[in-house]
Amino acid sequence: MKTTVVNIVTPDGPVYDSEVSMVSVRTTGGEMGILPGHIPTVAPLEVGVVRLKKDKTTDFVAVSGGFVEIRGDKVSILSPSAEPADSIDLARAKEALQRAEKRLAAKQDKNTDFKRAEAALKRAMNRINVKEGNI
Amino acid sequence: MATLREVKQRINSTKSTSKITSAMHLVSSSKMSRAERNAKKYVPYMAKIQEVVAAIAQGTSNASHPMLVERPVKKSAYLIIASDRGLAGAYNTNVIRTALNGMEKRGQKKEDVVIFAIGRTVADFFKKTGYTVVDAEIGLPDQPAFADIKAIARKAVGMFTDGTYDEIYMCYSHFVSAISSELVEKKLLPITDIAPATSTASYEFEPSGDEILEVLLPQYAESLVYGALLDAKASEHAARMTAMKNATDNAKELIDDLTVLYNRARQAAITQEITEIVGGAAALE
Repeated sequence: MKTTVVNIVTPDGPVYDSEVSMVSVRTTGGEMGILPGHIPTVAPLEVGVVRLKKDKTTDFVAVSGGFVEIRGDKVSILSPSAEPADSIDLARAKEALQRAEKRLAAKQDKNTDFKRAEAALKRAMNRINVKEGNI
Repeated sequence: MATLREVKQRINSTKSTSKITSAMHLVSSSKMSRAERNAKKYVPYMAKIQEVVAAIAQGTSNASHPMLVERPVKKSAYLIIASDRGLAGAYNTNVIRTALNGMEKRGQKKEDVVIFAIGRTVADFFKKTGYTVVDAEIGLPDQPAFADIKAIARKAVGMFTDGTYDEIYMCYSHFVSAISSELVEKKLLPITDIAPATSTASYEFEPSGDEILEVLLPQYAESLVYGALLDAKASEHAARMTAMKNATDNAKELIDDLTVLYNRARQAAITQEITEIVGGAAALE
């Protein structure tokens, strides 16, 4: 079976490096499936999950934005932060979710804070979803 | 001449100071090697993002993104990275002086610039001297994570985008090796000096080149800031290490000198005592 090398890199170092047979990501334009031999492409990512399908198993990695670069037989995903499902701290994610919810519930007139809280909420929910496998 | 007891006291206090400085030297050297590792770990991310930005900027020839275009400069911002604490030799002073030199070179007055400060010494200095400090990041850990500076980096980039100022310079100390560093003043925005793409891959852009630049350029600028911070941290620890090494060496030298002085004083006292005894005995005969 043909495979492609996938790297997920964050500012704090590489997170994932493996050969997989299919990657699917959520770009700003919608879901995108990448098979080996894909045309060179760059696409920005949404906060979401990256699915990495191997022979029998599938790995899940939560990413918070960034972009995917496909070139030849290599797929690179660059994201400000990324966590594989098995290393997500569920308690911490839930805490972050509560914090974000609280901030959103509090009436705030500043537009930017609202946006940031919303983004935090999205990230926290994404992490919880990935960890619990609701994807 | 100093009395025996005074000299002894000075020797003891210098000794205990040198113990502290040599401990700080060891601490800094271990922190430095960690900071250096962190900076190395970051290289793949930076290299990749640079490559993609270069590829896109070349691919879309009509690169008219606001972050790529130079505009007439009315106001500038300086993002200055130094440390929270002193005891690092001239580290903080040098970084601040680089920023001040840059402003002078461009003929900017206090009203023409705003400051983003990373590190307490920077924030304090520019507040005290009457500059506008827009944001200050104080109390960063020794091994900062990307999340720690995301807020200030985003603000700096955001205020450029909305036109509060027309260029941002970054001043920090670049880590060369444990014993040398280089002061750097780099233009962060607008991005004008993208290295040409090494690969000739032409990409498909999904949905479009412009929209990708919209996402990518802020991320690129933020990662430049983070890269500079990691570099500056390594340099800070190196500077502190050198400063503490010098302090320890000086203390050792001082102790040697004082010991000579001490021995001389002791010998003088003994000689005097003997003379007195001999004198006393002679008087009795």
